[in-house]
Amino acid sequence: MQGDTISAIATAQGEGGIGIIRVSGDKAVEVAAKMFRPASGKALTEYESHRAIYGRIVDAEGRTVDEAMVLLMKAPHSYTKEDVVELQCHGGVMPLRKALALTYDYGARPAEGGEFTKRAFLNGRLDLSQAQAVMDIITAKTDRSLKMAAGHLTGQFSEQIKKWRQDILGQIAHLEAAIDFPEDEVDDVVTENVSEKVVEIRNYIQKLIKTAGTGRILREGLMTAIVGKPNVGKSSLLNALLQEERAIVTDIPGTTRDSIEEYANVGGVPLRIIDTAGIRATEDVVEKIGVEKSRQMISQAALVLALFDGSRALDHEDEEILSLLNGQEAIVLLNKSDLKAVVTAADLSAKAQLPVIEISTKDYSGMEQLTEAIKAKVYGGEVMADEGSFVSDERQANLLRTADRHLAAALTTIEAGLGLDFISIDLRSAWETLGEITGDTVGEDIIDEIFSKFCIGK
Amino acid sequence: MDAKNIFIAGEYDVIVVGAGHAGVEAALASARIGCNTLLTTLSMDNIALMPCNPSVGGPAKGHLVRELDALGGEMGVNADKTCIQFRMLNTGKGPAVHALRAQADKKLYQFTMKETCENTENLDVKQLLIDKLLVEDGQVTGVQSETGEIYKANAVVMATGTYLKGRIIIGEHTYTGGPAGQRAAMKFSDSLAEAGVKLMRFKTGTPARVDARTLDYDKMEIQPGDEECRNFSFMSDEVTREQIPCYLTYTNEETHQILRDNMERAPMANGIIEGIGPRYCPSFETKILRFPDKERHQLFLEPEGRHTNEVYVQGMSTSMPMDVQLEFLRTIPGLEHAKVMRAGYAIEYDCIDPTQLKPTLEFKNIHGFFSAGQANGTSGYEEAAAQGIIAGINAAMLIKGEEPLVLKRSEAYIGVLIDDLVTKGTNEPYRIMTSRAEYRLLLRQDNADQRLTPLGRRVGLVKDDRWNRFTEKQTAITEALAYLRKNSINPTKEITDKLTAAGIEPVRNATSFYDLLRRPDVDYDKLAELFELPELNKEVKQQVEITITYEGYIKKQLEQVERMEKLEEKILPENLDYDDVPSLRDEGREKLKAIRPRSVGQASRISGVSPADISVLLVWLEQQARMKANEEKADV
Repeated sequence: MQGDTISAIATAQGEGGIGIIRVSGDKAVEVAAKMFRPASGKALTEYESHRAIYGRIVDAEGRTVDEAMVLLMKAPHSYTKEDVVELQCHGGVMPLRKALALTYDYGARPAEGGEFTKRAFLNGRLDLSQAQAVMDIITAKTDRSLKMAAGHLTGQFSEQIKKWRQDILGQIAHLEAAIDFPEDEVDDVVTENVSEKVVEIRNYIQKLIKTAGTGRILREGLMTAIVGKPNVGKSSLLNALLQEERAIVTDIPGTTRDSIEEYANVGGVPLRIIDTAGIRATEDVVEKIGVEKSRQMISQAALVLALFDGSRALDHEDEEILSLLNGQEAIVLLNKSDLKAVVTAADLSAKAQLPVIEISTKDYSGMEQLTEAIKAKVYGGEVMADEGSFVSDERQANLLRTADRHLAAALTTIEAGLGLDFISIDLRSAWETLGEITGDTVGEDIIDEIFSKFCIGK
Repeated sequence: MDAKNIFIAGEYDVIVVGAGHAGVEAALASARIGCNTLLTTLSMDNIALMPCNPSVGGPAKGHLVRELDALGGEMGVNADKTCIQFRMLNTGKGPAVHALRAQADKKLYQFTMKETCENTENLDVKQLLIDKLLVEDGQVTGVQSETGEIYKANAVVMATGTYLKGRIIIGEHTYTGGPAGQRAAMKFSDSLAEAGVKLMRFKTGTPARVDARTLDYDKMEIQPGDEECRNFSFMSDEVTREQIPCYLTYTNEETHQILRDNMERAPMANGIIEGIGPRYCPSFETKILRFPDKERHQLFLEPEGRHTNEVYVQGMSTSMPMDVQLEFLRTIPGLEHAKVMRAGYAIEYDCIDPTQLKPTLEFKNIHGFFSAGQANGTSGYEEAAAQGIIAGINAAMLIKGEEPLVLKRSEAYIGVLIDDLVTKGTNEPYRIMTSRAEYRLLLRQDNADQRLTPLGRRVGLVKDDRWNRFTEKQTAITEALAYLRKNSINPTKEITDKLTAAGIEPVRNATSFYDLLRRPDVDYDKLAELFELPELNKEVKQQVEITITYEGYIKKQLEQVERMEKLEEKILPENLDYDDVPSLRDEGREKLKAIRPRSVGQASRISGVSPADISVLLVWLEQQARMKANEEKADV
């Protein structure tokens, strides 16, 4: 056993319909059990090894993230010879990433490049002849992920983190100087001041955590599905969204079976609208597979724009589409027409359990509200002035959450009135964690800081 | 010298060159373990000399003293016998950073240590100036003195302090010499260089000593010792001690102006000093330059002993010319009429680059040759002594063909100190600090015996008296904890009243004494007043309280240690050729080749060795192990 529990997405990103998260280590089952509800009603921990279990992945609030099939493989009968759980998610990229984040929340840490293979080898799963290949994989994967990580770090983002680290370092140096040089002229540490600083940094970090995903969206575009039953106005909505930027049409193979995506710039947010060709082609003819099609599109989307016709009573098909919105990031739109309104926004909102925006694809009214709603989704309700500072991957988000937890612990320690050295331990953990984001963790910095700040000596 | 004139003056198991704080610990350890040992010194009058401050201990340094005592070393015992003031520092902070600091009677300290060395079985002490290290085919064979005679040994520990090509600087005046008016060893470092040892040049300094009769203590603040009598050694039983106070005073704007006016005469500024000085004991002129806004700097006046008028001016290390030293000293309240008995000076010296050493303190390239103390680029008596005991133990282990003693970072400050030195090296005289230790809560000065006495026993340095005392204490702690876990109180009216009257929040359910002691408002004495509890001595009680109060934090650190431990236990073969390991990155490979770490854990702390390199190493080690197992199977 190699100790702690690791997790990662095991399938190539953006390809294939199923995404697999692999968790390995002695807490693998425990981690998975916290986020997976088997349909049988039993707890995951009650199952024997080598079972495929159907159920739902749920977040901390109990909301469904995705449907999933879980494979349970207990040590030593697994790839790594440790307890391994594989979560096969069906819901596309966004739920997969959410599920991965949940494994981190519950005690797994991101696997290093080639780490599953390394464990498999060290635990005797792979034979000797594969050693060379294993070492090559480790190096190659690490190089690749380092390159990716470096690419993700925008200047402003890492400047921000470095500034907080420097602030924390200042606090640590003061605490440490007071401990290591009690007879030198180091001002007394006022714990209230430390608290204040910590609270301030936590506020910033939490704001930044909320942007998790924003950075990626701004870079890659937000996968958006426009759904609704036939002739509800999807095509008109599409045109309305595309009106400013007349489409860069791309064909991204493998993302959808036969799709064309188009980018629309809505209030600065790039939307990658799925299957625009499909929307255009089918709008005129009667769609026989409306609901099925919607289901597929939703599975690939990070944002769903669900369109309903206000002039016709909600029918079975509408109801089904509404049910598909459950657990999705969705904006519900009520398309008004010249005809008399049968469905009111209030009715629809009550049914969807979501706020409703009234629009008209004829005169483009309501488009402004839609733009604001999309921006609110992306920026977490706050438009950051500094658009460079976004968390752009789950690893960064995870490290920020960990740093925040250490800072919270420091506050608890201060409140409990424990000694300065205990406060310093928590702050140090936070400082080191933030350093993992920017790639700086050198212990000597603390000592440099002490000597540059305080006049110490015999 | 031609062959027939070679005079073999003696043959030993272990020779220790230098009898400072590192040397005496090394020699005593080796001799006490049972090796026939020679301790050489430039001057029989200066064994365990304290050429700088008259104090022992303080944060992290005090921890080192407790640790080397727990292993069976001498510094703690000697300090308890001879010190003239004790203070426990940091008592307002957590238990892990409480630190004992003592003021030494320098001469008494030296003579007591000399007496101990002279009366230790298996140990010869000789006044010799060693010129040459003798090495044959990568194996040390002995040393040669300036007068030509040879002393043979299969293990040699160098503990040469600041004496190698020592150069004293006072203002514009410089001369070769060791500290405090001693000779310097001018040839030994050439002999080291010849044997392939890489040298560095460091610098340190010391303040002036002033005449107690010329000080006006009324203008200073008195700094008395603690009322409670404490000891460094787990073996000391001193309960009373006559103490001498120190005094505190401050510099002022006038003092600083004099220094500023004369700055071009500072040896640091005019280029006379080339060595690298330590940041934590800057000269006073450096302080003025680096912290120009500071209105005053504190100075402690520390007596150097009971039978001398020399007083150490702590905070005022300087190498300014004599006239400047006197002029600025006399601007300080209480020092207006001060007479200087010894001038402050700076000293430059040769030391070795410690990354050439294994964590056992043996040179990687010279079998049987060890190095300890300031010669390894450290500073401080305690740092020196801590390395000395380890070098002495490991020289003895080598002679006896037994496992060396390597302390982990999670086990001792001594482990942190040595691991830092041999893994990262140092570019200034290295001082131990509590902030260098990542598992500080485990490395407390109160539990040094629990951490290290069993290890001292294993190597044969802990004798029966210490061992019996230790096991008795451990038994008492275990029994007390068991009792506290087993016995509890119920929320009866009587007990509720009793607790309330004592100002303790009453219990709601049956609660063990153990759980009660977790509360911040409860301590053992308070509880013992109310309920029947076993009577515990002070040390046992302290261990019980700390174990219970900080259980959660300690557990967290233990878990961290456990994760790291796996890598520490993976020992890398000494002859490992890193060019044979595929897939390492160039930088990692170069660093690994340069440091040649002992374990994968040590490798992971080398800057430039990435986590991926460590993974590759692990896989490679496993591959080698399996190949070997397969070959053995094939042989059978």
